[in-house]
Formats: sequence, C-alpha cells, structure tokens
Amino acid sequence: MKNLKKRILLLLSLLLVLSVSLLASDREIRVESSIQLAIDQSEPGDVIIIPAGVYEESGITIETARIILRGEDGAVIDGMKGGAHIIVIKADSVQVEGLTIRNTGLSHVRDLSAVRVESASGVIIRDNVFEDSMFSVYLSRAKDSLVERNRISGGGDRESNSGNGIHLFDTERITVRENQIHHHRDGIYLEFAKEVRITDNIATDNRRYGLHYMFSRDSEYSRNEFRRNNAGVAVMYSQEVDMSGNIFADNVGPASYGILLKDIDNSLISNNRFLNNTIGIYSEGSNGVQIEKNLFERNGWAVKIWANSTRNVFTDNAFIDNTFDVATNSRQHYNTFERNYWSRYDGYDLEGDGIGDVPHRPVRLYSIIVERNPISLILHRSLFIDVLDLAERVMPALTPETLVDEYPLMKSPLP
Amino acid sequence: MKTNTLKLIKYQLRDVMRSRWVIFYLAFFILVTDALFRFGGSGDRVILSLMNVVLLVIPLVSIMLGTMYVYNSREYTELMLSQPVKRGEMFSALFAGLMLPLSVTVAAGIALPFIWNGVLISHLAALGYLIGTAIILTTIFSALAFMIALLTEDKIKGLGLAVVMWLFFAVIYDGLILVVIYMFSDYPLQQPVLVMSMLNPLDLARIALLIEFEASTLMGFTGALFQRFLGSTGGLLTIAGVLMLWISLPLAWGARRFVSKDF
Amino acid sequence: MIQIEHISKSFGKLDVLRGLDLSISPHEVTAVLGPNGAGKTTLIKSMLGLVKPDSGHITINGKRINGDASYRSGIGYMPQNARYPDNLTVQEIIDMVRDVRGNPEDTDEELFHAFNLKTELGKKFKTLSGGNRQKVSAVLAFLFRPPVVFLDEPSAGLDPVSSSCLKDKIAREKSNGKTIILTSHIMSEIQELADKVVYILDGLIHFEMTVTELLETTGERTLERAIARKMKGAA
Repeated sequence: MKNLKKRILLLLSLLLVLSVSLLASDREIRVESSIQLAIDQSEPGDVIIIPAGVYEESGITIETARIILRGEDGAVIDGMKGGAHIIVIKADSVQVEGLTIRNTGLSHVRDLSAVRVESASGVIIRDNVFEDSMFSVYLSRAKDSLVERNRISGGGDRESNSGNGIHLFDTERITVRENQIHHHRDGIYLEFAKEVRITDNIATDNRRYGLHYMFSRDSEYSRNEFRRNNAGVAVMYSQEVDMSGNIFADNVGPASYGILLKDIDNSLISNNRFLNNTIGIYSEGSNGVQIEKNLFERNGWAVKIWANSTRNVFTDNAFIDNTFDVATNSRQHYNTFERNYWSRYDGYDLEGDGIGDVPHRPVRLYSIIVERNPISLILHRSLFIDVLDLAERVMPALTPETLVDEYPLMKSPLP
Repeated sequence: MKTNTLKLIKYQLRDVMRSRWVIFYLAFFILVTDALFRFGGSGDRVILSLMNVVLLVIPLVSIMLGTMYVYNSREYTELMLSQPVKRGEMFSALFAGLMLPLSVTVAAGIALPFIWNGVLISHLAALGYLIGTAIILTTIFSALAFMIALLTEDKIKGLGLAVVMWLFFAVIYDGLILVVIYMFSDYPLQQPVLVMSMLNPLDLARIALLIEFEASTLMGFTGALFQRFLGSTGGLLTIAGVLMLWISLPLAWGARRFVSKDF
Repeated sequence: MIQIEHISKSFGKLDVLRGLDLSISPHEVTAVLGPNGAGKTTLIKSMLGLVKPDSGHITINGKRINGDASYRSGIGYMPQNARYPDNLTVQEIIDMVRDVRGNPEDTDEELFHAFNLKTELGKKFKTLSGGNRQKVSAVLAFLFRPPVVFLDEPSAGLDPVSSSCLKDKIAREKSNGKTIILTSHIMSEIQELADKVVYILDGLIHFEMTVTELLETTGERTLERAIARKMKGAA
C-alpha cells in the first residue's frame, strides 16, 4: 500500500516535469560560436539548438529556468581536460539532450563533472553521450529529475582518480533509466537518496561497483544489468530497497559480488538472476530481507550469509551448479530457507507433490573448511573433498544443524 | 629409422580399434555425455559435469588399462624385438598404440554428442580445452602405467600398484594437502600448497580446468600469489610445462628401462 | 657362423649362464639340449638380443651384437609360444613383419602352402588354434629366407602331418646352406634333424658333439639312450 503511494507520487512528479517541458515557449536560439553566450541571452522556455561541431568550452553555467539545451547530430562539447565542470545546471526544469560531452580532465580536490546539477529540480538529461570524464552526470541535492538513455563511458585509468558515471548525492525522487555506463569507478552511485528509481540500465566493466548504494531509503532498482564490474553491486546502510528483475553476471574476483548487502533492513530481492559471480549475495548485518524467485547459477558462492544477518527469508529460489549454495560462519543461524530448488539435492519425492521427502542441507562441509582456510579452495572438485562432503551428509557434525530446507523443490520454480 | 615405429603403430591401431575395451570406453563417454545433455540441458552445464568425469575416470582407466596392456603385449613385444626393430622404436610404437586410441576414444566420446546436440561450434573453444586436458591426463597416466609395468614383471603386483598409485593421486594426496593446510594454518601457505599441487599431475589438471571453467570460484581466495599465479597466462604456462614434465619423466624412465631390460 | 665368447647372465641371484663359450658352424643343424632351467632359452634370447648378457660377446656372421637391430634381418625365429596382437588377422600379422623387414620381394612361401594356411588368412589371431598359431610362427621364421634360423620347440603343439612338413622343411633348408639352431624335448626329432648336439648344464657347455660321434662313443642306437648314458657316465 505504502509502496503504491510512493509510486503514484513519483509518477506525478514525472508528469510535472514533462508538462513543464511541454509548456515551454518555442523560441529557438541557434548557437553561433559560444554556448554560454547563447545561454546568457536566453529566457525561460527557450530552446537552444547546438549545431554539429566541436565546441571547446567548459564551465558552462545555466541559471535560466526551463531552457532546453539540444544538440543536433554531431554536436560535441569538449572540455579539453581543462580541469573544470563542463555544464553546471543551477536552475529548475532544464533539459540537456542529444549532446556528446567529453574531457573534464582529472582533479584530486574537485569532483569534475561533465554535467552537474546543483540544487535544482525537474531537470532532464537524456540521449547524451558522455566520454572520458571524471564524473559524467553529477546530481547534488536535486529533486524530481530524470536521467535517461545516456551512453556513458569513463575516463580515468585508475580507480583513485576516476569518478562515477551517474552520481546522486542527497537527492529525492530521481529516475535513472535505460542508461549504459561503463569504465567509471562506480557506474551509478547513490548517497542519501530517497524514492529513487533506477531501472533498465546496463552497467558493465566499472572499476569498483556497477551500482553503489548507500544511506538511502525507500528506493528501487530493477531490470538493470550488472556485468563484469570489479566488485559487483554494493547496497549498504539502507532500508526498504526493492531490488527486482536485475541480472548480476560475471563479477569475478576475491571481493566481487552480485550484491553486497551490508546493514540492509526490510528489503526485497526478487526475480533476479545471479550468474557466474564469485559471490552471488553477500549478506552482513542484514535483517528482514525477503529473497525470492531468484536464479543463482554457476556462482562460486550463491549466498554467503554471516551469522549477524537475521530474519531473512529465502524462498522459491533456484540454486543451480554453484560451487557453494550457502556458506556461513557459524553453526547458529536465524534465517529461513524454504521451498527452494537445489540442483545438488539428491532426495526423492515418493508422494509426487513436487516437494522432496527428505530435507536438504545446503551448507557443504567443504564450505566450512574453505571459510577457515581459504587456501583449501585449491582442492575444489577433488575426489577427496567429495568423500568428505559425503561423510558429513551421512553424519552431520560441523555444518549448521538448523540451516535446512525442509521442503526442497524437485523442479526449478523459475521459467 | 622412425618409420618402423609408424609401421608398427599402423597395425597396433588396427588391433586396438577392434578390441572390446575401446568400444566400451567410447560407449561410456558417449552415453555419459549424451545423458548429461538429456538431463542437464545446456552445453555449458554438460562441460562442467564432464570435468568431474574426466578427472575421475580418465586417470583410473588409463593407468589400469595401460598396465594391463603392457603385460598383455609382452609376447608380441618379444616377437617384434626378434625382428630388425630397435627397442626405442618398439617402445614408441607400444606407447602410441595405447595413448592414441585412448585419446581418440575420449575425444570422440565427448565430442560426438556435442555434434548431434548441435552445440559443437558454439562450444568449440571450451570443448577443445576440456578434451586437451583429458588427452594430457590420458598421456600422463599411460606413461605411469608403462612405468609400473616395467618396474615389476608380476602382473598382479603391477595392477595392485596401479590402483594404489591412482588412489594416491586422486584421493590420498589431496588429503595430505588438507592436513598440511590445517597443521600449518598459522604460516604463509600459498607457495608450499601451490608447489605441493604441482607435484600431483591430477591436481594440476584439475586446477587447469578450474582456471578455465570455474575462475569465479577459484578467485574467491584473496591470496596475492595465488591470484597472480592462477589468474595469469604465466601460471597456465607453468602448469602446462609441469604437465609436460609429468609426461616426459615417466616416459624417459620407462624408455631407458625398456632399452636395457631383458625379455 | 656364430661365435659366443664367454657370456654370463644372471637374473637376480640366479646365475643362468656362467662364462659360456660356443661356436656354431654354418650350414649345419645344431640342437641345444639340457634340463629345464639350464639356460637354453636364455642362450637363444641372447643371440636374438632379447637378453643382454652381463659379460662376454656374441658375434653373428662377423657382426658383434651391440644393440643394433639390423643384424636380425638375417635371423628367423620361431618361439615356443608365439602371441601376436589378438585382433590382427593372419594376413595382417604377415604384412606387419614383412613391413618391418622392408618388404622384400623374394619370399619363401613353401611352408605357407604346405600348411595350407590360405583359409586362415582372414581369421583373427585370437581365434586361431594353438597348432595354427605355431604354423604361422613357423612360416614367419622361414618367410624372408634368413641365413640363420632359431627354432624353440618347433613341433610342440603341431599335429603329426604338420610336424613332418616342418621337419622336411628344416632338412631342405639345411641342404640349402642355412644355419639352424633348435631346441626340442623330442630326441628322435633331434636325431633325425641335427648334425650336432650342444648340451648345456648349469650355465656351461657340458659337452658338444656330432650326433654320429655321440652314438659311436656311447654305443647306443638312439640319441635318447646315448645322452642318458653319457650323463650317467659323467655322474
């Protein structure tokens, strides 16, 4: 119910943004040489057309409300690595679209951005191409804004001096959708965000996280694709996060996760696909998270859940061909695993009701050995380890007694 | 000179290709691979499951069949050596006569179901890697079989030794590694454990397969040396090099023994 | 001409040959006799290069055996028990041996026809009877017209007809100038075929005589009795 109210509010604010842009006057200003000059001459509601060509400008500041900055095919704004922001938006309801914006240069003291929005609302940034900038889109204290269909690729070669693709700081009611982001530090970064929707984006090959999500509440990210990001996706210190329909794939490395959950409360992880990650979901201090209808396939660890995570419920998930389906660091645990499909399950279903007659213990003895002595990973797929696992299954002595799926499914519940 | 080897191989292949064990072995791999397709579905999953089959079955079958083969070829060997055939030529022919059919059988038994399930081309690289490793394992354990059979004339003793050697490499050795890991868990262990793994050809082949097919799991360990070694081409080349040693050392020993031995 | 100079061979603690000297004259049939374990087979295998003596030399037709294989193209060998690869046909076995001998044109197929092996050509070796295996083996020993032929218990397992075929062949080849060395337990066979008898005991030549000499000195009519008398006299 609450969620619905939120969505309606979000929708209304979007409609507001759209209607404002429709109401704009149709005065068009064609840029002759300087974009800043054209902006300075503009009035609210004007459309500033930027014809094809390379404009070597930076520090472009927009303080006129409701103007549209529209690039024609081949319009490029090149900051020439000058060490300044390229476009700064300080007025409400400004649109930037159709432009290629590149080369902010790097700085150790300032977060140089290709497009920076400061304390404005109703801003739309769409259909742009961002190349080789420290930060590509930077929203600071923005509200009710939209970032969509941008193609963003990062600049810096090392994590230390590269910024984020889309950076949201202290924002409310922002929609980020259908963007492609790669080779930044974090693909999308959120800090102190409220009611933010991040949908249908593709974040790949970023040097840290595909999505970095902190101190935020009441937000959603769904149907995104996160691939080959150095550390995957991190969701930390947040509440009421809806994470659905995403793909987390090929995030491989000692600290790579599909999702890293740290101190997350009352959230939903559903209908996601975790494929070939070193760790699918890593949960530390997370409570009351519902994890359902997800596919975990060919991960090193499908779920690594620390004992300080409680009241999390795993149900209707499919665990297929993971090296470790569930790993934990204690024999105590206070989470529920019920009605999941485990490809490792070797029980039977005599009643034919689709539920295995024998409970399934998803924690392998080997995962406990690896937890204590990580180097024993080198014995993976050794016959010796299979023998050990078998012995433990016959006579459980070290694996968590209560971490049991009492109703393992015989078939994957997912299409 | 070497042509005698080739001449002999030609006839030995004809012999072996008609023998029952080759047909069983081929049928086994075809049935297993095809069954995996039927129950598991995608080619990726099949390759992953085949990894275990390759690591389990190939060393065992190669070393047992190989040992038996050398013993059964005794009289034939003697006969050919009373012809103008050099011992080196005979040794090469005998080894090829075991290793080639075993390898071809494994390769065909795995590849054929991929062909008729229509996923050969899409999995060519992965399949090539798997089959390549399978052939290396076949070669190593055939070489070890030659070593054993040339070590003792006693067939029963030889076959017993073959089982023990397989058990050692497949199970006991890894148990020892785990004991070392637990006993010395307070010490830096990456290097010793890597070196220990190098000394077991089965571990090496297993790690080579893991690097290719399950890096996501293997990379879960944070050790820098480990990461550097297993994540790099250099590491893979080292493994390939050591595997070659595992082929050439038993073979060199076997060949020397074969040349100087009485028949 | 085969010259054996002072060869010794021991297997572990067992001294099988102990400094044995022997020279085998060409164009004759020499029978090597002795009790079981006396070293007959070891001696023949030494000449074939299958067993490497601990010391001493063997020279065959002027060439000293030193690990080179080529001298064996001048030798035919019929072992006690021949076993070729199970699944090769008789034809393939013959082809294989022919191949490693460099496909000589001029072959001696007399025995092949005498044994009537044509019907067996397409059969796999493992399906052959013991007698037929021996026949194949005998054919191969003579097929390439080697000047020297070793026959280890040649008539063991052969039916009387085939056995006498083989004996005829041996006699014919001797008169063709071949050097033939054979071992056998059947003394009548040796008496019939051999020019000379070499008796080995405990790794040494116990005596070496022509068959005629042996019969004359012992005054016996059969070789069997002659040898028995000779051995008794020695004891």
